[in-house]
This record gives sequence, C-alpha cells and structure tokens, in this order.
Amino acid sequence: MIFDYTVVWEALPLYLGGLLITLKLLAISLFFGLLAAVPLGLMRVSKQPLVNAPAWLYTYVIRGTPMLVQLFLIYYGLAQFEAVRESIVWPLLSSATFCACLAFAINTSAYTAEIIAGSLKATPHGEIEAAKAMGMSRMKMYRRILLPSALRRALPQYSNEVIMMLQTTSLASIVTLIDITGAARTVNAQYYLPFEAYITAGVFYLCLTFILVRLFKMAERRWLGYLAPRKH
Amino acid sequence: MLKGYGAVILDGAWLTLQLALSSMALAIVLGLLGVALRLSPVRWLAWLGDMYATVIRGIPDLVLILLIFYGGQDLLNRVAPLLGHEDYIDLNPLMAGVGTLGFIFGAYLSETFRGAFLGIPKGQAEAGAAYGMNGRQVFFRIMVPQMIRLAIPGFTNNWLVLTKATALISVVGLQDMMFKAKQAADATREPFTFFLAVAALYLVLTSVSLLALRYLERRYSVGVKAAEL
Repeated sequence: MIFDYTVVWEALPLYLGGLLITLKLLAISLFFGLLAAVPLGLMRVSKQPLVNAPAWLYTYVIRGTPMLVQLFLIYYGLAQFEAVRESIVWPLLSSATFCACLAFAINTSAYTAEIIAGSLKATPHGEIEAAKAMGMSRMKMYRRILLPSALRRALPQYSNEVIMMLQTTSLASIVTLIDITGAARTVNAQYYLPFEAYITAGVFYLCLTFILVRLFKMAERRWLGYLAPRKH
Repeated sequence: MLKGYGAVILDGAWLTLQLALSSMALAIVLGLLGVALRLSPVRWLAWLGDMYATVIRGIPDLVLILLIFYGGQDLLNRVAPLLGHEDYIDLNPLMAGVGTLGFIFGAYLSETFRGAFLGIPKGQAEAGAAYGMNGRQVFFRIMVPQMIRLAIPGFTNNWLVLTKATALISVVGLQDMMFKAKQAADATREPFTFFLAVAALYLVLTSVSLLALRYLERRYSVGVKAAEL
C-alpha cells in the first residue's frame, strides 16, 4: 500500500473548501447552541418543577437519541407535513446547510445546558451566602456572582463539548454537504482510494482538534488562572 | 401507524443491540490493553498507548468508520490474493461495525480506565502488600474492585455514546434500525413517523442502560461514605 500523494495534492482545494464548511457549521451551531444553553441551564437549576421539568425533558431526550436521528428528523422528516412545506420557513428547511446547523445547535444546546447547570450547582456556598449578605437581589446575584464564575468553571468541560461538536459536524456529509468528510467521500468515490481520502480528512480533524485544545488552554489560563495551582 | 414496518424496525433494533453489546465487549478488551500500555513503565509502550488514545479520539467516528470499512475492504482484497484467495471479499457490515466501534471506543475506555486506576489512593496497594499479598492478589483483590467503582460513571458515558454511535454504521450498509427506518421512510414517504419511532427506541435503550448502570454504581459504592449536601 503506497500512499498516492498526487491525488491528495490535486484534491487539496476540495479539502480546503470542506474545511471552511466545517468551520462555518461549527461556529454557527456553537453560537446558537450556547445562546440557548444559558437559559436552559438556568432552568435546570431551578427548584420550581414547572420550570425545571421542561428543560430536563429537553436535555434528556436530545442527549438520549443519536445525532443522526435528530438530523434526519429535521432534514427528511419535516417534509412529511404539508403545513411545513407550505409555510414561509420552507425555503430554509429545504436547505441542507440550515437543517444541519439547526440540528447541531439543538444538540449542543442540550449538552451545554447540562454542563452549565452542573457548574452552577458546584458554586461554593460561601459565594452565594456572601452575595445574599450583601443584599443582592436574585437577578443581581445571578448576573454578578453565579454566572460569571459558573461559566468560567464550565470552560474545561465546554472545551470537550466543542471538540465533540467538531466531530459531529462530519455528519453533515451524510446530508450532501461537502465538509471535510464530504470532500473525503468525494475523493474516494472518484478515485477509489479510501486510505488516502479518509486519512487526509483525519489529519485535518486532528489538526483542528489540537488547535482547539490549544485555544481552550489559553482561555483557561486567562479566565481560570485564579484556580490554577501556585507556581514556584 | 407504522404501516406494517413495525416488525422490520424491531428486527433492526435487535441488530443494533447486538452491535452495541459486541462492540462494547471488544472495546473493554482494547481499553484494558490500552491502559496497560499507557501505564507501562516501558516508555515506547506508553507512547504507543497514548498515540492510540489521542489519535482515535481526535478523529470523528464517521471518518474512522468510513476509513476502516472501505479501507479495510480494500486492504483485505489486496492481501487475500497473496494468500491464495481468489474471490472478491465483501466485508460483513456487522463484523466490520463491531471491529470499528470496538476499536474507537477502546480508545475512549482506555482514558476512563486510566483515570480510575490513578484515582485509587497509593496507600491501598501498599496496604495490600503489607498484608503479604502478592502482585496478582493486590491487583485483583484491591485494585480492580475499586477501579470498577471509579470507572462506572465514565463507563456509563462511554456506553451511551457508543449506543448512539451505532446509528452511524447504517451509513456503510448495516441493516440496523436506522437503515430499516430509512427504507420504510422512503417507501411510505413518511420519514418523520419512522425516524421518530427510531428515536423513541434509542431513548428506551439509553434509559434502560442508565437505570441499570446507576444500580451497578450504587452496588459498587456500598462501602463508600458520601457527604450530604
């Protein structure tokens, strides 16, 4: 088995285009996922069953079913209903990019909400008591004490979630998008060189993973520096 | 409601379950092997184990599945003629799926097991030695039972991710419940109904797993005191 570099070299523009699509999918889904996750996480720490239960059900169902099923439900499934096909959002829902972003954002919002909830629950009780002793209202306590420290402490776990999401975006290739995996599938279909095609894709993902890990390490040093062990 | 496709999908669900359980069995073996390598004092063995864990966890499951399935088939058909086998070999999707998922999740499990072994206080093994146990006795009587307790939360997580990852094997043609649902959806033009049914089946599978593993965790934590918050 000799690695055929020429094919990979010629297909490089295809992979670079795929890289852009992967990054676009990742950025959009992470942004909207995080936006939805903060309120969901706050709901998950509420003691009111009426507030907590819907968020619990949402995260439980999303986390309990495969991403592929969720993607198919949105991409293929919604077209089953005439009402959807005739509604004004149909042009959006018939686009693979939109469906993939929607499915990924929903998926990551559920996982991130649980991370944020866990981080909120782990707030040292002294901080909460101090905030109460200062006479802060609930809103102010969340805004000034709970969320800033909880979101920071969620960083290490959130970095795992971001890396999982990077890998999840590869499913976009199943609904016809040409991301990195899609590029590899195209190359394999054209030249029937599975090793060259998929190992190249794997190298791209590995590099992206290492870059993300590095970035999060830097972010942790910046925002979690106060928790790091003392340096001599 | 399912237009007679219910039984077909349940058939697929059985295959999904078989796939998940067999892959997990393989993953446990590879995970233990991986952790043995990573904790080994021989440096290049530890490096090998680290490479396995890092590279596999850094590449999407789907890419690895496609690589191992198509690449493995390619490799097999290049090697087989050299061994005197003439016919074209088609990889059995179930075997390939078990091999692939087992290989991928072995890497994840090696990480879980590593954390669990490192989480056992050093004094435990030393105390075992002080009681006159030999190395094997210390390993099986002291380390393993405690390692299981510490590994269960991570293991639960790995198992849930693996069950959900089985859906991806349908992409390379295994006729699991995802594949059957896609067929039924194409035939009846009711994709939402069938994918929702599959989602429900997966939810049942993950819920039952969660309950069972939670029971197991309590069972293994009997001797541990937990502080009330």
